[in-house]
Amino acid sequence: MTYTILEREELAPEIYLLKLHAPEVASKSKPGQFIIIRIDENGERIPLTIADYNRDAGIITVVFMEIGKTTKQLAVLKSGDSLSDLVGPLGNPAHVPKNSVVVFVGGGVGITTVFPEAREFKKAGNTIISIIGARSENLLIWEDLVHSVSDKLYITTDDGTKGHHGFVTDVLTNILKEQGVDLVVAIGPVVMMRAVADVTKPFGVKTIVSLNPVMVDGTGMCGSCRVVVGGETRFTCVDGPEFDAHQVDFTLLMKRLTTYRDEEAVSLGKFMHEQDCDEKC
Amino acid sequence: MLVKRPEMPEQDPEKRIHNFDEVALGYTEEQATIEANRCLQCKKPQCIKGCPVEIEIPAFIKNIAERNFEASASELKRANTLPAICGRVCPQETQCEIECTLGKKGEPIAIGRLERFAADYELEKGVQIPEIPESTVYRVAVVGSGPASLTVAADLARIGHSVTILEALHEAGGVLIYGIPEFRLPKEIVRAEVDFIKKLGVEIKLNFVVGKLRSVDELLTEYDAVFLGSGAGLPSFLGIEGENLNGVYSANEFLTRVNLMKAYQFPDYDTPIKKGKHVVVVGAGNVAMDAARCALRLGAENVTIVYRRGEEEMTARIEEIQHAKDEGVHFKLLTNPTIIHGDENNWVKTVKCIKMRLGEPDESGRARPEPIPGTEHEIPADVAVIAIGTTPNPLIPSTTSDLQTIKRNIIPTDAECRTSKKGVFAGGDVVTGSATVISAMGAGKIAARAIDQYLQSLRFAETTSTLDC
Ligand SMILES: Cc1cc2nc3c(=O)[nH]c(=O)nc-3n(C[C@H](O)[C@H](O)[C@H](O)COP(=O)(O)OP(=O)(O)OC[C@H]3O[C@@H](n4cnc5c(N)ncnc54)[C@H](O)[C@@H]3O)c2cc1C
Ligand code: SF4
Ligand code: FES
Repeated sequence: MTYTILEREELAPEIYLLKLHAPEVASKSKPGQFIIIRIDENGERIPLTIADYNRDAGIITVVFMEIGKTTKQLAVLKSGDSLSDLVGPLGNPAHVPKNSVVVFVGGGVGITTVFPEAREFKKAGNTIISIIGARSENLLIWEDLVHSVSDKLYITTDDGTKGHHGFVTDVLTNILKEQGVDLVVAIGPVVMMRAVADVTKPFGVKTIVSLNPVMVDGTGMCGSCRVVVGGETRFTCVDGPEFDAHQVDFTLLMKRLTTYRDEEAVSLGKFMHEQDCDEKC
Repeated sequence: MLVKRPEMPEQDPEKRIHNFDEVALGYTEEQATIEANRCLQCKKPQCIKGCPVEIEIPAFIKNIAERNFEASASELKRANTLPAICGRVCPQETQCEIECTLGKKGEPIAIGRLERFAADYELEKGVQIPEIPESTVYRVAVVGSGPASLTVAADLARIGHSVTILEALHEAGGVLIYGIPEFRLPKEIVRAEVDFIKKLGVEIKLNFVVGKLRSVDELLTEYDAVFLGSGAGLPSFLGIEGENLNGVYSANEFLTRVNLMKAYQFPDYDTPIKKGKHVVVVGAGNVAMDAARCALRLGAENVTIVYRRGEEEMTARIEEIQHAKDEGVHFKLLTNPTIIHGDENNWVKTVKCIKMRLGEPDESGRARPEPIPGTEHEIPADVAVIAIGTTPNPLIPSTTSDLQTIKRNIIPTDAECRTSKKGVFAGGDVVTGSATVISAMGAGKIAARAIDQYLQSLRFAETTSTLDC
């Protein structure tokens, strides 16, 4: 079994989209779930959120940012190339509310996870307000798609190149002050999710976040993905990835995410060196 | 009459702690023949009683004694599909060898070593694929690819049923591939055994998580029967403070990174692992020994096994405990961790422990360890591995209708491996909790027979229903 890359697109600097041929996985995917891929025999297993799926065409879409060795290697693959392994759908699908006003907050690549969820929530008859943010306008992705499934869309950039000059939490605070909100779903960098949790807590609005710890198997077998929620240890891959933001120990999550910082640097250094060599030699 | 078995040639401990190559090198033809000739060929062989899959032990040994090595391997394979694996990892000292008549006066026959010898001989010479009868119309889905599943699959394929193995990971073999390290069970051997099963016509679908991609109920619409050999893969933690510090691993994570993902070859392989200088491993089963010995090979200066009971109660194979000792693993027995302390960056710094003494027997009949007040002490550590056991994963029970489970997601079966759900059979660690390779295989054999009978009953039902019309 191989998993072919059908399409590759650079959405923004260092942010890529891949459409992958995985009919069985596509047939079962639901918003909020993820896959784990391994590029080749020597590769590591990394989780990627399912940003979209097309059951008829047997395609799943993932979006990722170049950060470490594996994502950089993934970024240089072309359509027609294939991945040696792809497993999913993993994790629990997002719980879809009814008759609710839902604010989605998406940061960076997290915006692409917001999209299928917002679409599903909208289909179920909820009112969708979306806030999407990036460092700068050129890093803002999927604005149109998110717009198409939102009743209202707000944009923020850290540098003010588009929309509100500032953070997603500024806009969120205003919304919470002005109107009733039943649920907030925040997906993006851990600092953003934590900031959102801090903002919504005093308003007493239920808030869901999607966590992204280090994973290996994705089936509950290793415990690498453990997080603390409400004082209890949970495995993100099987108990999550979505949890009640007000219960999540974000500090622990951030610290655990640094576990392999040194090793990641070594791996990346080696890869960049080899890439250089490939070009020059 | 010789009272002692030939020594097993082994890699020197000094050398082997720097590599992941196999430790026990295997008998030579000479050694194997000498040892096989020690066998009394008892009229009423006691050894067979100790073997969970009832290998005709004297018969395969006789073949070795007569230098009919290939015939010996065939004899083994009649009862045991995976002899090269069992010869390496079975606890023979508590199964067949403990029963051996020779053990009363001297050393029992080295049945495990001889099993390994014959199986390796065959692997080297090239394995004969038995003839497979014409295929039946029945399809069986086998969940997982550990020893229980491989056995069921092979036995059913040999009868002509079409078998598909569905495995969650990217490589087949279960614990044999992700848990047990290379230096004890070379992956090449596991791959060869898996290849043999493929050659019997078994299809293996990897990256297939049952309960996610398909539920058991869905499988029953595509297949005539389902076997659950999903093992006991969910790691237990101690539930003490500090267990989520960076550098604290479940044994499953530690071993999966090392074995399945080849983190010992990082950065040539991408998966990293923290190479601790001072490693504490909690537990004293095979899993704990494997983790400790991997840590040494990753370059640790100190590796300490911490175990709350005593020497007698350690559950690992004797040979592995000996290997660990020879390699310099420290054993702190009757010692229990109470807190794991971390530094300002959330990294493990010390494991605080308390000394224990054995008190009255508990429900399991084993002496209950009790803490001795005032004996707290700290063991420095930058990596800690928790190897205190595993339980079955809840994924399958939680996504299957009418499947009975008992405590901790154990799936109970009758003596024929039948679960509470029609057409669904189970065996191995998912039924027994963590046990052994050979007991999983034993269950696989029984299940294959029961599944075949069940399929025949389907045929009977079909013929009678056509007669009705
Ligand atoms: C480190 C270690 C060392 C050991 N050493 C020894 C030893 O020396 N001697 C000995 O006799 N025993 C040993 N054991 C125990 C022995 O390995 C197990 O008892 C045996 O492997 C159990 O076999 P099994 O077939 O039941 O399941 P497993 O070998 O556990 O295989 C189960 C398989 O099912 C897959 N699976 C699980 N859920 C799903 C799902 N939902 N969908 C698809 N696939 C799924 C898993 O990925 C796994 O591959 C050891 C165990 C460990 C962990
Ligand atoms: S009991 Fe020992 S001596 Fe007797 S047949 Fe078995 S292995 Fe040989
Ligand atoms: S990634 Fe291994 S248990 Fe979650």
